[in-house]
Order: sequence, then structure tokens, then C-alpha cells
Amino acid sequence: MSDHRLAERDRPWMMRTYAGHSTARKSNELYRGNLAKGQTGLSVAFDLPTQTGYDAGHELARGEVGKVGVPIAHRGDMAALMDGIPLGEMNTSMTINATAAWLLGLYIVAAEEQGVEARALQGTTQNDIIKEFLARGTYAFPPGPSMRLIADTVAYTVTEVPKWNPINICSYHLQEAGATPVQEIAYALSNAIAVLDATRQRVDPELMGQVFARLSFFVNAGVRFVEEHAKLRAMGELWEQIGRERYGVADPKHLRFRYGVQVNSLGLTESQPENNVQRIVLEALGVTLGRNARARAIQLPAWNEALGLPRPWDQQWSLRIQQVLAYETDLLEYPDIFEGSKVMDGLVAELVEGARAEMAVVEEHGGAVEAVPYMKAALVDSHRERRNRIEAGEQVVVGINRYAESEPSPLSTGEDGGILVVDPGVEAEQVEALERWRAQRDADAVERALDELRRVAADDAKNILPATIEAARAGATTGEWAHALREAFGEYRAPTGVGEAAAGVPSCEQDALRDEVERVSEALGRRVKLLVGKPGLDGHSNGAEQIAVRARDLGMDVVYEGIRLTPSQIVTSALQEGVHVVGLSILSGSHLELIPDVVAGLRDAGVDAPVVVGGIIPQADVEPLREAGVAAVYTPKDFDLGRIMGDIVALVAQRNGAAAGA
Amino acid sequence: MTLTPSGAELGRRLREGDVGAAPTVLNLVESRPARESGEVQALLHEVAPGALGGEAPAHVIGITGPPGVGKSSLLGELVGAWRADGRSVAVLAVDPSSKRSGGALLGDRARIASDPADRGTFIRSTAAGERLGGLAPATRAAAQALSAAFDVVVVETVGVGQSETEVAEVADTVAVVVQPGSGDVLQFLKSGIMEIPDVLVVTKVDLGTVAQRARRDLVAALRSIGDNATPVVAVSSVAPVQGIDDLIAALDAHRAELDVGARRLDARRAGAVADFHAEHGDRALRALGGRRAALKALGEADPALEVPALTRALEERAGVA
Ligand code: B12
Ligand SMILES: Nc1nc2c(ncn2[C@@H]2O[C@H](COP(=O)(O)OP(=O)(O)OP(=O)(O)O)[C@@H](O)[C@H]2O)c(=O)[nH]1
Ligand SMILES: [Mg+2]
Repeated sequence: MSDHRLAERDRPWMMRTYAGHSTARKSNELYRGNLAKGQTGLSVAFDLPTQTGYDAGHELARGEVGKVGVPIAHRGDMAALMDGIPLGEMNTSMTINATAAWLLGLYIVAAEEQGVEARALQGTTQNDIIKEFLARGTYAFPPGPSMRLIADTVAYTVTEVPKWNPINICSYHLQEAGATPVQEIAYALSNAIAVLDATRQRVDPELMGQVFARLSFFVNAGVRFVEEHAKLRAMGELWEQIGRERYGVADPKHLRFRYGVQVNSLGLTESQPENNVQRIVLEALGVTLGRNARARAIQLPAWNEALGLPRPWDQQWSLRIQQVLAYETDLLEYPDIFEGSKVMDGLVAELVEGARAEMAVVEEHGGAVEAVPYMKAALVDSHRERRNRIEAGEQVVVGINRYAESEPSPLSTGEDGGILVVDPGVEAEQVEALERWRAQRDADAVERALDELRRVAADDAKNILPATIEAARAGATTGEWAHALREAFGEYRAPTGVGEAAAGVPSCEQDALRDEVERVSEALGRRVKLLVGKPGLDGHSNGAEQIAVRARDLGMDVVYEGIRLTPSQIVTSALQEGVHVVGLSILSGSHLELIPDVVAGLRDAGVDAPVVVGGIIPQADVEPLREAGVAAVYTPKDFDLGRIMGDIVALVAQRNGAAAGA
Repeated sequence: MTLTPSGAELGRRLREGDVGAAPTVLNLVESRPARESGEVQALLHEVAPGALGGEAPAHVIGITGPPGVGKSSLLGELVGAWRADGRSVAVLAVDPSSKRSGGALLGDRARIASDPADRGTFIRSTAAGERLGGLAPATRAAAQALSAAFDVVVVETVGVGQSETEVAEVADTVAVVVQPGSGDVLQFLKSGIMEIPDVLVVTKVDLGTVAQRARRDLVAALRSIGDNATPVVAVSSVAPVQGIDDLIAALDAHRAELDVGARRLDARRAGAVADFHAEHGDRALRALGGRRAALKALGEADPALEVPALTRALEERAGVA
């Protein structure tokens, strides 16, 4: 036995691919294919209507059904999704939050139908609502009832589905929204505390150790992979402390920091997309290098992340990265390689200290739930600083602000543009299938189950799960379950964070732009006014927020109402606010359905302001959008916000006869 | 480009109750050239008491309070209740501008939930610009114009201690919204830094006992300065929503008691002085003998005159026209 070798090679982490699209049947085929390639667990991507609790056919579901994930409306869909996959043995991670209790209910019923009892089920429901308010956007109910649903799920599973991870506290999405490592640690752990405090009131105190042990994390790892590794060690250290000191947990097994990973995607580029492979490999190292803080499960994005949805081949490439790392290298043969490292210990100490201070600020705001507006504004601010650093060239991004010259890439020149395009016909298919489902089920039984659900929802002392599982058995749909709860709990719009974001200190270039905004405003007779709109269910708010804040910093008046608006809401705002230009942001792929709707609505309402669009817009879709009346289209390769702003001001000037020199 | 209708025509449309004219009216009153060319005056002339045969029928309400207390969320609930009651509503939400860039982020309408298909609700956000005191330059004119067509016109402004003074100059009824546990309002009231509003609102009562205590403290503070009449209403704008009906009753009761003609006349005069001051500065105001003297001088003018006409009267008097 030696100190620097393990007696036995470690078992690799669980390897997954975040996948799902079109229909339950199609996704099932995809899963079986992935398992055959050596993937060891499932990671289900749901479509946005399922995540936000709407059935196909609802106004807000338009353009989104089956697009970025699989639509699951009822137990029949869940059974089809898991067909032929033995649920007693599979480990399934579901990225589901506002509707997590419901999807868990469907999964339990699907298992029942396979003859597998709930006690045997293994997997994870993401079920983390605070980060939905902060970064991800698929929330449905106000904070209070949302926290109750989470606590109910934890309380139910800890005794009834004991191998299940009822919640995955996410720091992943915070980094994707611009968080620094310190913010990522502090906000995720504050979030965990809010969840534990809420659960403490709903379980037997004896069980708190087990509850603590069931909380797992979903973290991010960026390309600064040494510091990122330190971040994970810091999180582990703080987590153990919280367990001991705040919750009196003593069993070392319960105190272990368990986490899964998706590595950073925000830093993956549209230009020279092949460079993303290097980034992904390095980030994967960050979460596997040190044995004492190694990920339990990993899923990697693909080289074409910033272009659109990955095809099976793209996902296979990413799975192979994991397999090479785990099976070809000697990574798994050693004890922790950072033990005793001064550098690592120093980095960890720095991060722990920073995170403690920031956690204290959150605590002062009254805890994570109350501090949502504070944390949101802080994230928008950090992201603003990140963009400024990149634009100023202080933070190097190869292929973007350095070494931008490139040979044409053969990777994305294929007929499909190098991405997966979902057949828009699946929406109509799903609407029809849903009608058939409703026609054949026992309508009275569904009504009774939903009545019971409403009754339980109104009684805070009850656990929502049993009535939810009963509704799943009866054949209720995702939209019906969520509708019943929306009636009981009300709805909510999360803060946008932009109003509180600090005003940027302008560079010389920005100063010149400000002068131009001032000049055009004078010529117009009132200040240039921009509406930033996010139509549909898309929750990607980063781009819209950064555009809004920058426009404000250059002297424009900016109306921004946050995510998830219908085209008619956006049209009404544009009309009533008298804006000079409308900027729409869509990253979820529903642009061809929704943007022409907004443009047509504006013209019908007599609003002649030009419309510009930004987001993930494949090259092939630019022309159709222009034909629909869009003046300009921007994508991630247009990383220079200053340039975009210059264009917008020029467009407003030109449309109003105030062009420079005119 | 579509042709903009004239100020006079817009004024006539408002007089006929055409709420659909509101967006264009706002574009006009916010436009500097339209103010300078007399279009805004032409508009206001059409909706002045002279043209209407009396004061505009709307209830003009000012809602003010510190940042983030919940003014817009509360407005969302109020708008819903007014609409259910068949009253049309215009909201003028004023947000501060960035001192550094001059730009502003206008986020109020996000919290004022309303049905986009409902023509009886109009919401406009405006940046305060360089004006101190919480009101955008065009807000007075907009409130006057819209009160000819809407049943309720609300002005939302941010601030405490100062801004309610200006809102009071446009509104029939001023409600100040305070957060439970914020001591400043109490202090401001007692020390007279802040004028007593017509209605005091404590928000976020869903957060529990702090809010009820805040309500009691406010009532006690009012008593201590000899005020037994000002209503203090506690509300929650998140589920379970509370206190909205009480608040509406308090606002309506204040309006019912009010001499609307006198208050509106004061408002127009104060507006003219403020516009004059903003346009010509301290020196010109001093030339008139100061604010009080200017107001007094306007006391001799025709009570039916609209603000721009009053402003012009001041300009002539000061010799700066
Ligand atoms: C960050 C990110 C997230 C974050 C979002 C955080 C947030 N609050 O915004 C998180 C982790 C939460 C997330 C979640 C999801 N994501 Co995501 N995400 C990304 C990612 C990595 C970067 C997007 C980003 O923020 N970039 C930074 C901003 C500043 O850039 P930008 O928005 O592109 O803006 C630039 C231009 O586009 C333009 N622009 C944008 N908007 C506007 C508006 C105007 C007016 C103007 C003028 C210009 C403009 O200007 C900017 C200047 O550079 C992209 C992939 C990528 N690398 O681009 C995937 C991506 C957009 N996500 C994707 C998906 C599928 C999802 C999910 C739906 C997955 C799922 N099934 O649940 C979820 C759910 C999100 C939801 N509720 O809708 C897909 C979309 C696929 C498609 N369109 O076909 C992408 C492309 C990844 C992929 N290849 O699969 N995501
Ligand atoms: N708990 C609770 N929260 C509320 C209530 N009203 C508003 N809020 C929250 O308080 C925050 C601010 O609400 P707004 O309505 O935007 O407040 P505001 O006063 O209009 O804010 P500004 O216009 O920015 O000054 C939001 O996060 C709301 O969700 C309430 O009655 N109870
Ligand atoms: Mg507001």
C-alpha cells in the first residue's frame, strides 16, 4: 500500500447526457440509443410548457411544444418516455422545478405500472425554485407556496422514496447568469438553508439528519478550472459546517457534499465553435481532478452549444470526452492530488471567507427567499462587469476578442447547419394526442382528484404529494395540475434586477455613443425610448438584461418587463409606452412562431417603430425574419454591445428623419 | 410615417371620452417641440374647465412612497378592482433617471398586471428626467389631459419626504405608501418634513405582525400631531390579497369631501409656476418676487385658463417671453 496510489481504481462518476425533444416516443428512442453508447444514467430535458405547467394548446405554449425538451402531459406520456427502461435500476435526473412534485408523481405512477415500487426509485428532481427566480425562469407560483411544494417533496420522499434526491440545489444556473465564484457558493448555500428551514417545519425533527443527507447540489465549472476546483472544495467545507452548526447533523455520511455537474456554457462561443471542445475538456477536469471534491455525476454540453440544439452525434462526442477522461487516463488511480497544496488551500480559504461574508448579507435581507431581489440585481451587475471586461479585452476569449481570424469551419457547413431542428409539426401532434387522451379517460375521476388537490393546496398543514399522485393515476394533465395550484396559490413575476444594476462607468467609445443618443433625442423632441421584450416561455434573460442596462447607461429610456410575455402584451406595451424601437430577445428557438406575431400585432395597432431581434437565431432563419419585417438580427457572435447600441440609435435616427448630417 | 393628429383634435377626442387617444396624447405632451409650438397648449385648451363646462370628472390620485415598497403591485390590484367596477384607469408611472447617463429603466408596468386586450386600462411609464420633485415634465399636462377621458388617473412617483408635495399639486387625493418597519416616515411626519398625505397605506401585511404594528405606530404619530382624521389602511398585494376594498373606500371618501374645483385650480397655478421655474430658472422666479408672489399673481388670472396659458402670463410678467 502506498500513499500516492489507491489500492483499487475508483469507479467513475455517473455519465449522463441532458436530452429530450419532440415527443415522449422519440425521446425514448434517443435515451435507449444513449444508454447503448455507455451512458450510465438518464437526464431528462422537458419542454418549457411542461416546466411551467401549461398543456400544449395554451396561448403561452405556442412555438414551444417539444422544442427544447420533451412534452410530458400525463402518465401515458411518462410511460412512453420510460418504455423498456427498467425504472427499478435506472438513475434518472429530471430538470424540473415548479412542476417537480407533479412530474415525480407521474414517475412514481409509471414505475407502479412497470411493477416497481416507489422505495426502489433512484434519481433526482431538480426542484429548486429560488434559482428559477434568480436565473432560470421556469417558476409558476409565488415564493411562499413554491417553498411549501419543495418542503412537501422533501418530507414525502425522505420516508416514501428514500433513495430519491428530492432537490438539487443549483449553483449551475447562477454562474450562467453571471455569478462570480463567491456569489455562486454563497447564494446556493443560502438557498439550501432556506430549503432546510422550510422543511424543518414539515418533518419529524429526528429525520433532519437524513433530510440533510438527501440534499444534493448541481454546480457549474468554468474554464478557470483551478479556481473552480477550489470552489467545490470550499462548498464542501461550508456545507459540513452548516450541517453541524445549524442543523446539529453529526453523522459524517450525512454531512458529505454531493454534487452533479454541467460545465459552463455561457463561455461557449458561436465563432470558431470547435474551440468549445477544449473548453469543455478543461472544465471537466476542474470537477474531477481532486478526489476529495469529485463530481458524482457529469453531463457535458456540446461543441455547437451556441449554435442551437445538439444532434445525437454532437452529444456522443461529449459523452466520449467523459469516457476518455474516466477510462483512458490515470485520473481515477490516485488519492486526492491536492492534499497539502498551498495554492489549493489558499484559494479555498479565500473563497470560504468571501462566501461567508456574502451569506451574511443574504441573511441580513431576511434569508434567501426575501433576498431574491437583492441577489438578482447582484447577478445582473456581475454579468454586466463580465461583458465589459470582454469588450475591453481584459478577459480573453479566444476567437472572440483575440485571434478572431479563422479558416471556414467544416463542422457547421452541413445541410442541417450543424444543429438539431425539431419538426414544428410536433406541436399540432401533441395537441391532438392530448385531445384523444382527454376523450378516453374517466372525466369524473379526474375532476374528483383535482378537487381533492385544490382542497389540500388550500390547507397548509397537508402534504401535496399524495393528492398529486392520485391525480396522476386518474389521468390528469400537467396543465390541469398547475392550473388548480395557480388558482389556490396565485401567480408571480420575479424581479428583473435591471433597475438596481449599477450604472456603468463609460469608456471613451461609450461617451461618443451617449453624445449621439443625446443628439438624436433632441432631434426627436423626447428621449430615445426602447422596449425590450421577451415573448413566449423563454427564460433566457441575460441578453435582454444586458441590452436594457447598457441602453440605460447610454442615456436611453428603457421599458423592460421581464420574461414570459405574450405577443399581445408586448404589442400593448409598445403602443402605450410610445417607444421608438422594439427589441425582442428569444433564445429558445420559438422565434419563427412568435416574432412575426409581434411584428404583425404592432402594425395592426398602428405602431410603426422598427423591430430588432437578438438571440439564438440560426443563419437560415434570418431571411424569413427580415421578410416578416424585422430590421436587424443579432446573435452571440455580435458580442460587442456597444456596436449593437450604435446600430439601434442609427436606426431610430434614420426612421425619424434625424440621421447624422441629415 | 403616420401623420400625428393635432393637439386640438386630440383634445376633442379626449373630451368625447375616446380613451384610445391616450398613447398619442402622451407622445405629444412628452415632446419638447410640441410644447414649444403651442400644440400642447391647444390640447389642454380643449380639456380645460372652460371647454368641458366644469372640472374634468376623473379622480386624479397620487401614489407615492420609497423605492420598492410595493406601489406598483398595489396599483395592479387597484386597477383590477376599478376595472371590475367599470371604471376606466390611466396610470402614469414616473421613475427616476440616472444622473450619470440621463437614461432610465422603467419597470413599473411589469408589476401592474392587466389584460392587454382591455382598452379601459392605459399605463405609461415616464422618466423623471432632470426635474427634481419626482414628476416628469409632462406628467402634469398628461394627468390634466387624461382626466377628461378616464374615470381614474393615477400618478405613481418614487420618493418620500419631498416628492409627495409635487404630486399633491396634480392629484385630488394623495396616498403615501410605507413599508412596515420603516421608521423614517414616522419621523418625517412628526417633524413636519413631510406633509400629511390624504391617505396613508401600509403594504405587505402578509408579512405579519410588523405591518399591523406599523399601522398602529402611524396612527399614534398622527394623533400626536393632532390629526385624528387621516385614514391609515393596511394592504397586501400578494395572495391572500387584503385591504384593497378598504383603500378604495378611503380614496373615494376623500374625493367625496373634496372641493375639487379649488384643488384643481391650485394645482394648475402651482404647475404653471413649476414649469416657469424649470424653463427660466431661479433668477427669473426671483424677478417675479419668488414662488409665493408668483402664485399670488396668478390668483388674478382667469380660473378657467390651462397651465401653458398661465405659464405664459408669468413669462410676460417677468419679461422673459
Ligand atoms: C446562459 C444560458 C442559459 C441560462 C440562462 C440564464 C439567464 N437568466 O439568461 C440557463 C442555465 C438558466 C439556461 C437554461 C436553459 N437553456 Co440555455 N443557454 C444559455 C447559453 C449558454 C448562453 C446564453 C446567454 O445568456 N448568453 C449571453 C447573452 C448576453 O448573450 P445572448 O443572449 O446571445 O445575447 C447576445 C445576442 O444574441 C444579442 N441579443 C440577445 N437578445 C437581444 C435583444 C436585443 C433587443 C438585441 C438588440 C440583441 C440581443 O445581443 C447579445 C450580445 O452579444 C446558451 C448557449 C450559448 N452559448 O449561447 C444556451 C441555450 C440558449 N439554452 C438552451 C436551452 C435549450 C435551455 C433550456 C430551455 C433547457 C431546458 N430544456 O430546460 C433551459 C431553460 C431556460 C428557460 N427558462 O427558458 C439552448 C436553446 C436551443 C435552441 N434555441 O434551439 C441553447 C442555445 C443551448 C443549446 N445549444 O442547447 N440557459
Ligand atoms: N410580501 C409582499 N411583497 C410585496 C407586496 N407588494 C409588493 N411586494 C414585493 O415588493 C417588491 C417591490 O414591489 P413593487 O410593486 O415593484 O414596488 P414599487 O414601490 O412600485 O417599487 P419602485 O417603483 O421600484 O419604487 C416586489 O418584489 C414585490 O413582489 C406585498 O403586499 N407583500
Ligand atoms: Mg413601481
